[in-house]
Amino acid sequence: MAPLAFRTVLALVLLFLYLPLAVMAVMAFNQSPLYALPMVFDTIWFERLAQNERLIGAGLNSILIALANTVIATALGTMAALAFQRYTFRGSSLLQILLLPPITIPWLIIGTAMLVLFFWTGIGRGLHAILLGHVALSLPYVIVVVGARLRSFGVSLEEAAATLGAGPWTTFRRVTLPVIAPGVVAAALFAFAVSFDQFVISYFLAPPGVSTLPVEIYSAIRKGFTPEINAISTVIILVSMGLMLAVARLYRFGGER
Amino acid sequence: MSAVEVRNAVKRYGALAALDEVTLAVPEGEFFGLLGPSGSGKTTLLRAIAGFVVPDSGEIRIDGQRIEGVPVHKRGIGMVFQNYALFPHLSVFDNVAFGLSVRGVPAGEIRSRVAEALRLVRLSGLEERRPRQLSGGQQQRVALARALVTRPKVLLLDEPLGALDKRLRQEMQVELKLIQRTVGITTIFVTHDQEEALTLSDRIAILSEGRLVQVGPPAEVYERPATRFAAEFLGEANLFAGRAEAGALRTPSGLAIFSALPLPPGREAILAVRPEKIQLADLAMRAPDGANRIEGRILRSIYSGSSIAYRVEVPGQELTVFEQNRAARAREEGAAVALTWAPEHSIPVAP
Repeated sequence: MAPLAFRTVLALVLLFLYLPLAVMAVMAFNQSPLYALPMVFDTIWFERLAQNERLIGAGLNSILIALANTVIATALGTMAALAFQRYTFRGSSLLQILLLPPITIPWLIIGTAMLVLFFWTGIGRGLHAILLGHVALSLPYVIVVVGARLRSFGVSLEEAAATLGAGPWTTFRRVTLPVIAPGVVAAALFAFAVSFDQFVISYFLAPPGVSTLPVEIYSAIRKGFTPEINAISTVIILVSMGLMLAVARLYRFGGER
Repeated sequence: MSAVEVRNAVKRYGALAALDEVTLAVPEGEFFGLLGPSGSGKTTLLRAIAGFVVPDSGEIRIDGQRIEGVPVHKRGIGMVFQNYALFPHLSVFDNVAFGLSVRGVPAGEIRSRVAEALRLVRLSGLEERRPRQLSGGQQQRVALARALVTRPKVLLLDEPLGALDKRLRQEMQVELKLIQRTVGITTIFVTHDQEEALTLSDRIAILSEGRLVQVGPPAEVYERPATRFAAEFLGEANLFAGRAEAGALRTPSGLAIFSALPLPPGREAILAVRPEKIQLADLAMRAPDGANRIEGRILRSIYSGSSIAYRVEVPGQELTVFEQNRAARAREEGAAVALTWAPEHSIPVAP
């Protein structure tokens, strides 16, 4: 009985998670803009999407910001994780605890707070402000992921490298980095995904005329829904899922050691 | 000139002294064992020589050079870590080659020296394996080859055999000693395993609470423990405490224990007697002239194959006696026995 019950629950969970996405993806290929059935297969919405400069421009913005965010957050976060592991300094544990709330505090609140702060300090709104917000938001993820990897190795590998004549930089390049690489790559994917999927903060920090993909989709929906949204959403879903599968795979590789 | 010299080294962690005025000198080519319970400072001392711990005061010299300000990677040491610390992302060859490659040794020379080092530890043919594909004993050998290939001035071993099972550990002890002799490298190793310390070391240092208790060759430290701690930590010891009177020690319960070694007349003293130095005999047996003889009753016998350990009750205390398993069966519990031993086996120890 029990296995059957478990399977039912599992099936329901998967259904609620993926059915809406599947419907959206399927409807992206339906000729009718009104979800009319029977379905007539057509790629018209993808063609329209390709001509939609606003969506394309917003998409490029999103990709650009996500890439820049990935580079900056991964580099900073990896350095921070190393510092946390190596040094005990005043406030080290407090800082590490402070990393976690941004993951749980609603984005709406963080977004509002950032908007107020950026407005007040003169940073203002724009792509640079969005990038700044995204970096701040994805740093904790990077530190937590890289830190976990670092902890699983301890310091003895680096000590061994030192006894073998390797200075700090050589040790980092030839031992630390290769060993934590799976963690760093996974963290980078997280950083990319956090930024690419981010709506609330981008929405708050985007000035008129500038937007990212999620923001543009939201405004498009408000103006009037078109199946082009289904089309672009399908693309995003595929990209996001691809990224997450990559993370999962890397983590398995990391786990084997 | 000593290969390694430590003078008045002090390291405190808060109120706790991990090293308390430690002074020792290890001559060229010696296999030197640091033995002590956990928290005795043995690992701190090893790590201070390696450079991972900076002493609060005192001097450390390698080859006569003071090295307190020299970073680990410039000290010219080789170290084998307790968990081996092999680089998981590198093959056996690249692990062993690491120290040569960071020194910019040409590729051809690296190949021949790595091959030589792997031959020394009998691992030729496993060059392409990853550390996780090796057994514990093999990983240990890779770690040793990696530490030796750079021809360091000193080899430091941190509980080198601690992670291996007993049989493998005994094999590796023999091999480690052989390799150390072959290479002739000054070696300092840390262990909490007394048997390992006795087997491997040319000299042993016993540490307790950050202090050197005794330093000397294994037989000397075992046969002539300087303190009660040394007697009890290295091997087992029966202790008699009492007042010294004319060549004998009288315990509060009236036993007179003779020692061939001088006792401080009229003062409190402790004598240590190793369990295997005591002979058990029937009560009818007379002891040779001048020998110690006390009577007791067997409380328990603990059978361990080649020998049997007896707990024997004598006036005022219990003693442990080891007897070779020669008889057809163990002595019966409750039996009255005479315990005899020569006075030179009663060793006065400091409290």
